[in-house]
Amino acid sequence: MEIFKIKKDIPFMSYGRLTTAISLITFLFAVLFLATKGLNLGVDFTGGTVVEVSYPQSADLVKVRHAVDSIALNEATVQNFGSSHDVMIRLPLKKGVTSAQLSEQVLSALKKEDSSVEMRRVETVGAQVGQELYENGALALLLVSIGIMAYLALRFEWRFAVAAIVANMHDVIIILGFFAFFQWEFNLTVLAAILAVLGYSVNESVVVFDRVRENFRKMRKATVVTIIDNAITRTMSRTFITHFCTQLMVLSMLLFGGETLHNFSLALTIGILFGIYSSVLVACPIALYLGVSRENLITGAEKKEPIDEMP
Amino acid sequence: MNRYPLWKYILVLTVLLLGLVYSMPNIFGESPAVQITTAKATTKLDPSLLGKIEDTLKQENIKIDAIFMDSTGVKVRFSDADTQIKAKDVLKNNLGKDYVIALNLISRSPSWLTNIHARPMYLGLDLRGGVHFLLQVDMKAALDKAADRYVGDFRASLRKERISYSGVVRDEQSIQIKFSDAKELAKAQKIISNEFPDLTLKETNETLTATLNLEAQKRIQEFALKQNIQTLHNRINELGVAEPIIQQQGLDRVVVQLPGVQDTAKAKEILGRTATLEIRLVDEEKSDPTTLEQASKGQTPFGDEFFMDRNGQPILVKKKVELTGEYITDAGPGADQQSGRSTVNVTLDGRGARIFRQVTKDNVGKRMAILLIEKGQAEVITAPVINEEIGGGRVQISGMNNTQEATDISLLLRAGALAAPMDIIEERTVGPSMGEENIKRGMHSTLWGFAAIAVFMIIYYVMFGGISVVALGINLLLLLATLSMLQATLTLPGLAAIALTLGMAIDANVLINERIREELRSGNSAQASIHAGYDRAFDTILDSNVTTMIAGLALFMFGSGPVKGFAVVHVLGILTSMFSAVVVSRAIVNLVYGYRRKINKLAIG
Repeated sequence: MEIFKIKKDIPFMSYGRLTTAISLITFLFAVLFLATKGLNLGVDFTGGTVVEVSYPQSADLVKVRHAVDSIALNEATVQNFGSSHDVMIRLPLKKGVTSAQLSEQVLSALKKEDSSVEMRRVETVGAQVGQELYENGALALLLVSIGIMAYLALRFEWRFAVAAIVANMHDVIIILGFFAFFQWEFNLTVLAAILAVLGYSVNESVVVFDRVRENFRKMRKATVVTIIDNAITRTMSRTFITHFCTQLMVLSMLLFGGETLHNFSLALTIGILFGIYSSVLVACPIALYLGVSRENLITGAEKKEPIDEMP
Repeated sequence: MNRYPLWKYILVLTVLLLGLVYSMPNIFGESPAVQITTAKATTKLDPSLLGKIEDTLKQENIKIDAIFMDSTGVKVRFSDADTQIKAKDVLKNNLGKDYVIALNLISRSPSWLTNIHARPMYLGLDLRGGVHFLLQVDMKAALDKAADRYVGDFRASLRKERISYSGVVRDEQSIQIKFSDAKELAKAQKIISNEFPDLTLKETNETLTATLNLEAQKRIQEFALKQNIQTLHNRINELGVAEPIIQQQGLDRVVVQLPGVQDTAKAKEILGRTATLEIRLVDEEKSDPTTLEQASKGQTPFGDEFFMDRNGQPILVKKKVELTGEYITDAGPGADQQSGRSTVNVTLDGRGARIFRQVTKDNVGKRMAILLIEKGQAEVITAPVINEEIGGGRVQISGMNNTQEATDISLLLRAGALAAPMDIIEERTVGPSMGEENIKRGMHSTLWGFAAIAVFMIIYYVMFGGISVVALGINLLLLLATLSMLQATLTLPGLAAIALTLGMAIDANVLINERIREELRSGNSAQASIHAGYDRAFDTILDSNVTTMIAGLALFMFGSGPVKGFAVVHVLGILTSMFSAVVVSRAIVNLVYGYRRKINKLAIG
């Protein structure tokens, strides 16, 4: 079976203006949502307590809320989580009471109301720890970006490095934009997903750039635009199949992974979809604007091995 | 051109075999077990215990699957969780409080697997259930406490040297001594700088300010952390946790992980408790046989407590505590010079020494009880008669059974109390049902995702798709084997990483297959296309894996908890996928096509 039987190169670069406009608009929307709505940060980052309990029968949220309010100064959010049997209680940090005590108090209050309640999960993060996790997350993001850029600059050329990282940061911002718009909870696991996406969709750019470099060697007379168009067209099939396979796996996680992996797989899904688009249609035009040329790519590599021309 | 040298096939085969063997324990799974360890450092494990446990369980008709003893304790394996719980209760009732009975999981794999250290993957708390605490040691309190001790010490030594001063106060961590004239100050300065080399002294108009120098501060903080960890170790033993993890994190934090613990309230209480030594006076006035007789029946006189001492003699001890273990700066085993019997030699700090001298001075001729408070229970170790006033802060506690006990008690005394208070700043508790569910979820995600990819790849690339799927399967096998071998902690994000890594690893095979198709399209022979396809794709595969690896490593360095679990699997998965997608799949392709004379058409769709 073969889905992509493309005889002629598709002139992707001539759509440069359109694709740049599309990504600029999505990007701006994402920034707008981030600025106005902000991220719904999870307990990992804000500090506070999450208690997850389960009842053998459908949970009576009103009763649960009542029990929790009696100790938590009406600041708790109580909601169903996953199924009607499961309840998630979020408590903000409370001065004077250590968070460790707070979760015990909540659990004993719930037990008093209905002894069949079962503790599923308790997470308590102090304010200071939350702040640190936040900072470490940002640091990890920065480090990944620098590391990838350095590697690409070394392996290819700085123009490609810049183009790839711009394209992928654009993905990250868009994922964050989605999380802000829908107010999905942003926690450590989602952060892991975002960093994984960053590494993953750079792959995409790498595959295309690899082809561009190869084409520069093989197609001596072609213009830069033709070379890039050819590279994208030739790798399109692989791009699609790979992402499709990865998405199959992510979809399986979305369906079977339960609540904990839900937002994780959502972030990956958005990342994969926009990754295809941006690493090809954003990275390449940027590289072109930055002025990639045969000369900046082939020196060095040329000397090592004679190009193996195909007959 | 598409043939591997023999050694490469052998290499692939060896790796596969190793992968198979080391991932096997995961199939056998784990059985519920009970682990028996000694409760006190003073009781030693003894081989006869094995027979005792076996007999006890046999009497209750509890079927044992296996029983053995290792360096940590006796482990008994059962077929199901109900038997395990029953056995735990039976053992708890029969063995008494000298032993800690904990629920545990033991690998069910045959012994030859265990002998080559093939163990199932180490499941994190979110998969097996349990508590994770991050504790912050209050270092300021530790320093304050140290400074407090100096206040007492200064007073004592100035008084001894007959230097007049008008006051000693502590302000934060500096101590100010006020004098009425400069001559006294100069004298004091000389003495203090001699006696306490850890301090930096500064004089400003008739006030001497002493602060701990940086080196001493560091030492105090390190000591506080170490002692707290030691104390936590001792206390967690009481909880009956099978495999606790207690680790230092950073300069002032301790991570405590208690797998399987559900009673978090009790865990928290025990982590914050104090255990120590107490010195109290024996109530001599009421120590007549009749009162003692009545006390043993529960009618203890007011203000007293009744104990049986080590020789089985009844003894009435006053409730008022004269001195606590807080003043102990060091404890070590020793021997009595006259009788040659084992002792514990305790060194008290300046303030403790002064209190001790006062107590002994006021109570010459009476008995003094030394109590060890362990596990919330007090035990009278010895109750010697005070012959004379004892100064100098060195106390010899006799009455030890042997040297081993003296060593153990010294250790407990040193590690008895927390050196500085600790706060729980992070807690993650996962219930056991949640853990099981998480495993199921992670497994289902991986399996269904894998199945979907397999179906698609075989439809799309036919034979080469099939080979890619086999390579992907081998990747999964190798990843599981590596995780089992390294005993890296597997968490739910780790399970997600297994799935995701598989989803990403297929990329390498897609790249190769697409390349082969392309080569075929440009009119190359089948053999040449396979060769060129693998060769050309390799550079791209390497580049893309390196970038993914960079992301993985950064996650590992900065990630904490769940993120770290994700990163470990992700990074390992990239490594195994490079091997399986490139080397293994090539070996299969070579075996299938490399030895044919003529290939009419490659089955690549």
